[in-house]
Amino acid sequence: MSFQDRYTLAYRTYPYQRSADQDLDQLVRHPVVVAGGGPVGMALALDLALKGTRVLVLDDHEGIGMGSRAICFAKRPLEILDRLGCAAPMVAKGVVWNLGKVFHRDDLIYEFNLLPEGGHKFPAFINLQQPYFEKFLLDHVRALQAEGLPLEIRGKNRVDAVEQKGDHAILSVMTPDGPYRVAADWVVACDGASSPIRNMLGLGFEGEVFKNSFLIADVRMKADFPTERWFWFDPPSGAGASQLLHKQPDDIWRIDFQIGWDVDRAEELKEENVRRRVADMIGHEVEFEIVWSSIYTFQCRRMTKFREGRVIFAGDAAHQVSPFGARGANSGLQDTDNLAWKLKLVLDGTATPKLLESYDVERIHGADENILNSTRSTDFITPKSDASRVFRDAVLHLARQHDFARPLVNSGRLSVPCTYDGSPLNTVDGLADGPARTRPGSPCPDAPLEGGFLLEQLGDKTGATFQILALDADVPETFEAHGMECAVRRVSAQGNEVLRERYLGDATRAVYLIRPDQHVAARWPAWDAGAVGGALARACALEV
Amino acid sequence: MAKLITTRNLARPDDVYARLIEAHEGKTDEESGALNARLILTLFNHIGDEEVIAEALELAQG
Repeated sequence: MSFQDRYTLAYRTYPYQRSADQDLDQLVRHPVVVAGGGPVGMALALDLALKGTRVLVLDDHEGIGMGSRAICFAKRPLEILDRLGCAAPMVAKGVVWNLGKVFHRDDLIYEFNLLPEGGHKFPAFINLQQPYFEKFLLDHVRALQAEGLPLEIRGKNRVDAVEQKGDHAILSVMTPDGPYRVAADWVVACDGASSPIRNMLGLGFEGEVFKNSFLIADVRMKADFPTERWFWFDPPSGAGASQLLHKQPDDIWRIDFQIGWDVDRAEELKEENVRRRVADMIGHEVEFEIVWSSIYTFQCRRMTKFREGRVIFAGDAAHQVSPFGARGANSGLQDTDNLAWKLKLVLDGTATPKLLESYDVERIHGADENILNSTRSTDFITPKSDASRVFRDAVLHLARQHDFARPLVNSGRLSVPCTYDGSPLNTVDGLADGPARTRPGSPCPDAPLEGGFLLEQLGDKTGATFQILALDADVPETFEAHGMECAVRRVSAQGNEVLRERYLGDATRAVYLIRPDQHVAARWPAWDAGAVGGALARACALEV
Repeated sequence: MAKLITTRNLARPDDVYARLIEAHEGKTDEESGALNARLILTLFNHIGDEEVIAEALELAQG
């Protein structure tokens, strides 16, 4: 039995091939099966495989889907991809931007710079069509597979049933050659917003539905708009209630039009109707070509927990947000960053499955922050009530002349990584004079260091190794506790004002314990082996 | 000399704006108008400075 593709492919990169598992009588057991080969599934698989875990990716398609979709990739995910070794070609191909402008009718009312400070290797954002993003990721996987990366991808392998078995799960998989079964210690469902696995397990996905639709058009044209994010409320063209313009590589521009709730999708998507809207916006004299168009609606919702037995959910499967703020793919990539090292330590027996409870705590905290921000943006862009619209219009009116109203203009609060405040893995902050931005739970901010950057120089980038970072403090050359050897790095903040400001604040020296996902676990004013060992145990949820 | 603060003065503007919108949730236009009136009068009292209130009224006229 074969099955139909749900979408058109941009690249047919992993055509179906019969696997040996299908011809064996006994069930083959894999340490980790990732369901879904999109950006989140593939990034997780790569991260785990780089850590030495054997990973099987099952994808119900044979490659990368068409359409620009997630186009904005933020600084933190780029840092994660740099850790995995494939950020450079993405940044080289992507359109780098930091500036956003908001217009009300014809007038510019508000401008924001997402990265007003220097000293970061990566920009606030790049715009890159999702197929390119996935292709660079997959090219990197392919190159490493040739060198023995323990990662296998099976195209046209669709998970049809999941059976929980206590210490493993059994998946029923459909292929063009018929069904077979595989067992996995852990299954990670990265199968998208409509997650079939979530439905198979009967797990809820609650939240708010927004009654508005947006038409996206990818338009190829030669235009001299600057590489900034431009957002219009009540655009003068009248082509939508709001409108967003973004530059992508290859002279392609992404335009989103807010077109209301009760729309005839087939009618709106007719080429001549899309062309009319675009021409109304950019001018009827401009030559352009429609590359791709689609209509989307959205919801802001999440699962009540991201783990059920041996199945863990990541990305859109676990949480869905409105697109304003670029918090979808970006937060999914942060899920993988959070999960990979924990799963590795659990599979190795260094930590127990208790560590995975913190994945739920930390990423639900992240999801809630993303949902809150994206819900607020959506409420501002598409007010739900007359009172809400009156205030929105008042803000836009005041913002033209008055500075105080500008921060209230909300066309999307763009993705920044969350700090895991209150995480059970954090140790109480021991650096009283330290900066708030590097308190325990924070993602390490980048800083220039010895001709390069800090984050790229942190220890064993692809492993599940904790990093001890000493700033002008004496620490031993090596440190081992609870069966884990930490990487140790000594640096000086003298003459490095950015590093000092981000990691020392008013302190003169500091010792940081940094997790494999580059979040701060603990920090102190000086070395204390007992305290570091205790914090390491805590960060791995070990009972000691 | 102007006394009204017209530069950014809120630490978390999104939070207070969300509170305001929430307060109006489920209200009719008339109820919303009445809520706004009560809110403005309460804030007038808090400000307690006729000059500031006069400047704010002028600014709001657009």
